[in-house]
Amino acid sequence: MLHARRQGKMFSESSSFLKGMMLGSIFCALITMLGHIRIGHGNRMHHHEHHHLQPINKEDILKISKDERMELSKSFRVYCIILVKPKDVSLWAAVKETWTKHCDKAEFFSSENVKVFESINMETDDMWMMMRKAYEYAFDKYKEQYNWFFLARPTTFAIIENLKYFLFKKDQSRPFYLGHTIKSGDLEYVSMEGGIVLSIESMKRLNSLLSVPEKCPEQGGMIWKISEDKQLAVCLKYAGVFAENAEDSEGKYVFNTKSVGLYIKEAMNNQPQQVVEGCCSDMAVTFNGLTPNQMHVMMYGVYRLRAFGHIFNDALVFLPPNGSNND
Amino acid sequence: MASKSWLNFLTFFCGSLFGYFICSQLFSIFLGEQGDTQPSILHNDPHARHSDDSGHGHLEGQMDFNADVSQHTDENTDVSKKLYQKVKILCWVMTGPQNLEKKAKHVKATWAQRCNKVLFMSSEENIDFPAVGLKTKEGRDQLYWKTIKAFQYVHDHYLDDADWFMKADDDTYVVLDNLRWLLSKHDPEKPIYFGRRFKPYVKQGYMSGGAGYVLSKEALKRFVDAFKTDKCTHSSSIEDLALGRCMEILNVEAGDSRDTTGKETFHPFVPEHHLIRGYLPKTFWYWNYNYYPPVEGPGCCSDLAVSFHYVDPTTMYELEYLIYHLRPYGYLYRYQPALPANIGKEISEAYKNEDQKVKLGNP
Repeated sequence: MLHARRQGKMFSESSSFLKGMMLGSIFCALITMLGHIRIGHGNRMHHHEHHHLQPINKEDILKISKDERMELSKSFRVYCIILVKPKDVSLWAAVKETWTKHCDKAEFFSSENVKVFESINMETDDMWMMMRKAYEYAFDKYKEQYNWFFLARPTTFAIIENLKYFLFKKDQSRPFYLGHTIKSGDLEYVSMEGGIVLSIESMKRLNSLLSVPEKCPEQGGMIWKISEDKQLAVCLKYAGVFAENAEDSEGKYVFNTKSVGLYIKEAMNNQPQQVVEGCCSDMAVTFNGLTPNQMHVMMYGVYRLRAFGHIFNDALVFLPPNGSNND
Repeated sequence: MASKSWLNFLTFFCGSLFGYFICSQLFSIFLGEQGDTQPSILHNDPHARHSDDSGHGHLEGQMDFNADVSQHTDENTDVSKKLYQKVKILCWVMTGPQNLEKKAKHVKATWAQRCNKVLFMSSEENIDFPAVGLKTKEGRDQLYWKTIKAFQYVHDHYLDDADWFMKADDDTYVVLDNLRWLLSKHDPEKPIYFGRRFKPYVKQGYMSGGAGYVLSKEALKRFVDAFKTDKCTHSSSIEDLALGRCMEILNVEAGDSRDTTGKETFHPFVPEHHLIRGYLPKTFWYWNYNYYPPVEGPGCCSDLAVSFHYVDPTTMYELEYLIYHLRPYGYLYRYQPALPANIGKEISEAYKNEDQKVKLGNP
């Protein structure tokens, strides 16, 4: 009798368990379907547009007239911010003599005044503070004159023409925040080492937030310091600006955090049959971790050294800068 | 009873949680990953649809203009192709059994493919690489002997297959397109040779061995003949000097390989050594050897450089990337050299932009 009663009890328990299961599954299915309809489509678009930015389609380029091309080329005005410290002086010199000449304007923001070179004194040693003040200064002074703001450390070599090509036909009124992205938990941020690109709209939103301590604290991180590039991402996120990774039409990263030599060495190890193909994008914008000498070699290698008889049908036209002899 | 209904409720609740969990797992598997995922390429993955690379084991110079298609769709290589047909260059690379895998392999993977024909010269034959066996010994003092035998081999087997005959080391990087541009202005039937000209010891100068040098067909014929008729000596421990002396004896002209702005094209060192002021100390032999006034800094090197020397394997690929891949989009180079006249006529229909005007670069 006891046995039967126990069995009966078990039966009613298991049936209520099963009933619960059914209800749970139905509930879950409903939620998933609803969520999918609302977010799903947007998510896919979001995924495509916001996280992997690729340059313009080549077929579209050929439909543009030559005059339109020249005008278009001039419509990209890039202001370069290079954050330096006194210890960087030899890299500073190299960077000054090389790629920064191809920015529409380049200025050096230093932690303190240095006798040898002109710079804008940020009067702080803290990278995040330097970054904020530099962005504030740049926006204040140049918001009417430049529409793209590129920030880098003097260890980086940048090819501004390739940056402009990448930005070609992007809607400049949209907030862009791009470079080489890294994911840290929930936060996707643009690594400082690869260089950070902000459109004028992003600069506007950033600057309006910089005065709000809760959104953009000067001292982020309670226990340990958060790197300045992460801080920037947090700040921009509040303004609805999200990091996007820049890739070429093959999916190769265009902003690089290491030097060409290092990528070549890695490719020699990992894919020895296709070293150059496995290395880097033809339209690379940045490389990082270069010595001053390597900056000069890159300048020659990018802007001068080439193979005769290889001609390119490019949509944009960029002239060499005045008063320069190493490009 | 209260406890019984409480137990029922509990099992019902557990059941619903369990059901929800199972269902959500099934859905996520069924629908695949959603939301942001870091791209599966950690960095710089090769192309997903990359066609296999051009002929690996071929001795025949193979120009695979279809490699890397999508990155190069804006690229017009008509002029390069035309020059490939008009200015035939046979390259032979001085190497040895110990260096086939260490060095020569990387030459083969990069610039050697652009020669009309390439041969790897070693003391011993290697069928797999492939490398020609010259049946000599190895060592610095054997260099001239190897050079003589190599040129003899080339003369005996391939004289009619090329107009110009280039010698390079397994640590030399040669830009074949630029070499063709340089040689297109000259007649291979003339006795002449080109390289990085040094001034000591030989009146008309001689060409640096490491930077590579290239002989016209006539020069090759005379050189090979010189050993049959004892005009030149077989023994020497300094390969480039001995060859240079022999060339002078044979009335083979030491050509000027500088570009139209006077910048050197053949380089005995890597770009860094020439571009950085003060890298080579003023007491270094180089400053006294150069036939033309030596320059350091940006004026050291032509945009259309032909060769660099002491190039390690990593730098081979770096140069390949910088010369044939990475470029500044839309950039109007300062130095716009003229197309060789005869080639220009043939491609003039397809090539109608202002790049044809000669614009002198900064010295």
